[in-house]
Amino acid sequence: MSFSFAGKEIVFGAGQSVGAALIAAGYRSWRTTRHDGAPRGVFCGIGVCFDCLVVVNGRPNQRACLTEARDGDEIEPQEGTGHAHLAC
Amino acid sequence: MPTSRADIAILGAGPAGLAAAVAAHRAGARVTLLDGAARVGGQYWRHRDGDNGAGHHLWSTLHRLRETPLDFRPGHAIWHVERTDDGFTIHTAAGEVLSRTVIVATGAYDRQLPFPGWTLPGVFTAGGAQALLKGHGVVVGERVVVTGTGPFLLPVAAGLAEAGARVLGVFEAGSPLGFARHPAAVARNLGKLTEGAAYLKTLRRHRVPFRPRRTVVAAHGDDRVRAVTVATLDDTWRVVAEQRIECDAVAVGYGFTPQLEIPLQLGCDTHLDVDGSLVATADDRQRASVPGVYLAGEVCGVGGAQLSLVEGELAGRHAAGAALDKRLVRRRTTLRAFAVAMHRTYPVRPGWQSWLADDTLVCRCEEVPVREIQRSIVDFGATEPRTVKLLARPGMGLCQGRVCGYATACLVASAGTRSVTAGDLLGLSARPIAAPITLGALAEQQVEEA
Repeated sequence: MSFSFAGKEIVFGAGQSVGAALIAAGYRSWRTTRHDGAPRGVFCGIGVCFDCLVVVNGRPNQRACLTEARDGDEIEPQEGTGHAHLAC
Repeated sequence: MPTSRADIAILGAGPAGLAAAVAAHRAGARVTLLDGAARVGGQYWRHRDGDNGAGHHLWSTLHRLRETPLDFRPGHAIWHVERTDDGFTIHTAAGEVLSRTVIVATGAYDRQLPFPGWTLPGVFTAGGAQALLKGHGVVVGERVVVTGTGPFLLPVAAGLAEAGARVLGVFEAGSPLGFARHPAAVARNLGKLTEGAAYLKTLRRHRVPFRPRRTVVAAHGDDRVRAVTVATLDDTWRVVAEQRIECDAVAVGYGFTPQLEIPLQLGCDTHLDVDGSLVATADDRQRASVPGVYLAGEVCGVGGAQLSLVEGELAGRHAAGAALDKRLVRRRTTLRAFAVAMHRTYPVRPGWQSWLADDTLVCRCEEVPVREIQRSIVDFGATEPRTVKLLARPGMGLCQGRVCGYATACLVASAGTRSVTAGDLLGLSARPIAAPITLGALAEQQVEEA
């Protein structure tokens, strides 16, 4: 099974989260913070800290550590709030 | 959204919640067990389908508990619990559950202290590194440093080493020698020592050094961690010597913080425990101060899985109206004595604040540095954490102060040359919505109620 991350194919095992699969594939960060634009990835790994936010099939602000990976998902890195397209 | 009814709803399916559910079921109650995760076990028994239990502690206990047929509802992340005329309404991501009684067994997560570089990708909580390994079969790095304080660092390091990571060291800010000051509590819990010794043996086999009175005081890197500064500490945790270690991952934790959202939503009394964490107050029958609410496990005091199992069984029995089991009460007393000895052996010392730089982030979500917190205290005269939160925004972000609450409270208290109080932590712990919920789901519920 695999999902796409920023156009690359990421293979994952059954029951793995998006965050776990990205770490296994060598990624450590997939979002930037709102103020400093600093890179962040998984910190707490159990849904507490909200640092590992990612865009899942067009929906921003999903916790990669809790989101179970599904075959064919389209995952994208998240910048800031993930809602830049709504800014006027 | 569906609605269902139960006599007793058990919130959280870790060791405490599972034990409570089985005990209440056996006592004849109609039980519903809720958890946000897909499987029972909580953080302690986090596992994958087909897991054979290798590397898990007390696995046979999980096996035994799972044999009881229970109404387990996975994927039920609870975002609010409210009191009603005849019990409780539990609002979850997958519908509402109504119950006469609730047993709160929501557990705990790693307590953190900020240090320069702790926001770098590749720095994980100890529990996070453990969860990635046990729940997903993923090792966080090739060259890993394990650090912080408390006995939990040992299974984390042992697990990583067994899974093939090169663990460069366990840097324990405290010292296990402190247990020697609590001989009675230790003697009655020799199994705990054996458990620790087994982990140390695993570490020795993998040539992983265990270094007490040392910790990581800074992480270095660009888009990920590349190295850490490990410091030798004095008795107050101020730095007396430093060394640099190249690594690609850090697992860090300074004890645990109980998940108090639900007890606080229900108005339960809380107090400061020996480890300095805010905990919900339970009586000898595991009852909270609010009628119909029982507490079990880390939520009423961090003490490990065995204590959680005993408290869960007591809570389940009492909630279902079964008789007092004196053997269980004695076991709880013994295990609690050990928890107190553990907390006194691995305290957080105030010198950690000397590791911070002006620009070290305290609140990761809102990116609030130390100097902004200091400014709210020095320039604006804030004397308690809640005011600092309003002025400088620590705890205002998505995690709602779960990660920075303890550190913020410590910084404010020490600026006023006083100790952290329960009130300090309470001010940063109230979260009316305990899990993210979409406006659409909220609106759907309004329509049903109308």
